Amino acid sequence: MFPEMIDPRVFRGVVDDSIEQFVIQWATSLEEFFYPFLQLLNFFESVLLNSPWWLVVGVVSAAAYASARKLSLAALIAVAMLAIGFLGLWEDGMRTLALMLVCTLVATAVGVPLGILMSWSNRFRAVMLPVLDIMQTMPSFVYLIPAIMLFGPGKIPAVLATVVYAVPPLIRLTDLGIRQVDDEIIEAAQSFGANRMQKLFWVQIPLALPSIMAGINQATMMALSMVVIASMIGAQGLGFQVLQGITRLEVGRGLMAGLAIVLLAVVFDRITQAFGKRAQAHLHTNS
Amino acid sequence: MSSNYKIEIKNIYKVFGADPSAAIAKIKGGASKSEILKQTGNVVGLNDVSMAIEAGHIHVIMGLSGSGKSTLIRHFNRLIEPTSGQVIVDGQDVLKFSKKELEHYRRNKVSMVFQRFGLCPHETVLANAAFGLKVQGVPRAEREEKARYWLEQVGLAGVEKHYPRQLSGGMQQRVGLARALVNDPDILLMDEAFSALDPLIKSEMQDQLLQLQKKLNKTIVFITHDLDEALKIGDRIAILKDGELVQQGTASDILMRPADDYVKDFIGGVNRYKAIRVSHLLRKVPLAMVKGGETFADARPAPTGTVRVNQPLEEVMPLLMGTDSSLAVHNDEGVLVGHLDKAEVMKALYH
Repeated sequence: MFPEMIDPRVFRGVVDDSIEQFVIQWATSLEEFFYPFLQLLNFFESVLLNSPWWLVVGVVSAAAYASARKLSLAALIAVAMLAIGFLGLWEDGMRTLALMLVCTLVATAVGVPLGILMSWSNRFRAVMLPVLDIMQTMPSFVYLIPAIMLFGPGKIPAVLATVVYAVPPLIRLTDLGIRQVDDEIIEAAQSFGANRMQKLFWVQIPLALPSIMAGINQATMMALSMVVIASMIGAQGLGFQVLQGITRLEVGRGLMAGLAIVLLAVVFDRITQAFGKRAQAHLHTNS
Repeated sequence: MSSNYKIEIKNIYKVFGADPSAAIAKIKGGASKSEILKQTGNVVGLNDVSMAIEAGHIHVIMGLSGSGKSTLIRHFNRLIEPTSGQVIVDGQDVLKFSKKELEHYRRNKVSMVFQRFGLCPHETVLANAAFGLKVQGVPRAEREEKARYWLEQVGLAGVEKHYPRQLSGGMQQRVGLARALVNDPDILLMDEAFSALDPLIKSEMQDQLLQLQKKLNKTIVFITHDLDEALKIGDRIAILKDGELVQQGTASDILMRPADDYVKDFIGGVNRYKAIRVSHLLRKVPLAMVKGGETFADARPAPTGTVRVNQPLEEVMPLLMGTDSSLAVHNDEGVLVGHLDKAEVMKALYH
């Protein structure tokens, strides 16, 4: 037996109590703070659900074409979207798509600035690295429980949990991308008297863009792998179908929904990757 | 403003490492660079460097890699802060500038050209050339007009819409040069600007720089490790070794009167026929007249044949062989400026 130094029950009690206090004090204001996210998610959902299916397929494959300028990719994306419909999962697919869009937007809005701050300050980076490690390895149920205590089961804790899990690679890749920009180009910008923001927006971000796009791509892939867990706390969509398949032992239902998640992943992956490649176009061509 | 110099740097020390002040105390105590590295772990980049640079001249700072020359040039626009010392430009201490003043100084007074060009690969040639003006907030139409003008001046008309990677090294560096000139700075800093180019292009760029300089009269600080380049373009040359200045002077000072064995070794590999120019050995006309107090046709025999000031010895050798005294030297306008004595040439070549 390992010798007992402190009483874990006391420690657990302290944590439980402080979380409870926190919930009592902050639940309302936090819910208000996150309300816009819920509205955004509901907005995306209603737009996707109320639009005719052919319009959604058209817009998504147009986005694919815009990102890659290749008809073959647009066609592949259209087939993937149609397949979700053929599997009878159109409505659930749209809910998951809406959730993914919001999570990607929130992750980008949070992750890119944090990555930039990390690239600026070694001290901030030293603080962030272990935090990111924790975010990636801590089982999500651990922070889902307090999140549900705060917001109740629903879409907000689902978005939160998904973003917490999905954002670390984006933060890391933004930091890396900016640190890897050629010193001489940075020096050149400085030597012409560029201030920090001019340097950031005209030199560092454009040159780090391939890396940032790879981060967004990773974030979307990780977010998709969270949809089943998100459905357990009240997010509807494909994850919920998988969950029902598991609980009712309906392997077919689970498999179909799982397949639809893979198809959505293909759609997100190909579009974000194509954007990343186009961002590199002038950085690596020799003629 | 008390001095006639455009730029003066005074007693610059630069130590890279955790404890610069301890290292500086040791340098002043006479310790060598390698002793300090061993004892304190600090790297001495520059050791008590002082130099004064006149306006309108090309001042070359030469040294091998690791000599601190790239560190030194970055002090002129404060891309690197010295550990101690002063950098005075037009009578103002650049190191005392606030952030805003420094930005203003970099935007208006000094531009830099980089060894690996430092161009933005995601911007067109035109946008790259206009970068300095964009930083200053100059409207697009105006800055692009100026950028176009300078691109044309450096021989790049017609490639404005290309991206840097689509151009050859020489052309990319021309973009770098145009970008530096668009701001119309007084001072041009060139950090091994032509070192990455192949010999033919390099020589072309050197000629172009000299051509431009005739019109522009900028104060140019030019870093190189190439002695031939230094001799070709430098009005004055400073030689840096292990972060210390070993010799400063004109090309002929360096070639004829090397300060120590290091400089002697350095110039040993130079092709003296190519490197030494008529101007380096010139016996000037007015000087001869004043000195002798008589006409310039002094005791020496009258010159035969004429050459020009900026010709290398190699080109005047055939003429020189045909004379037994001296040649008349004309400048580019055809005015007699002095004489080239055969004896002097022989002395210089077999130094």
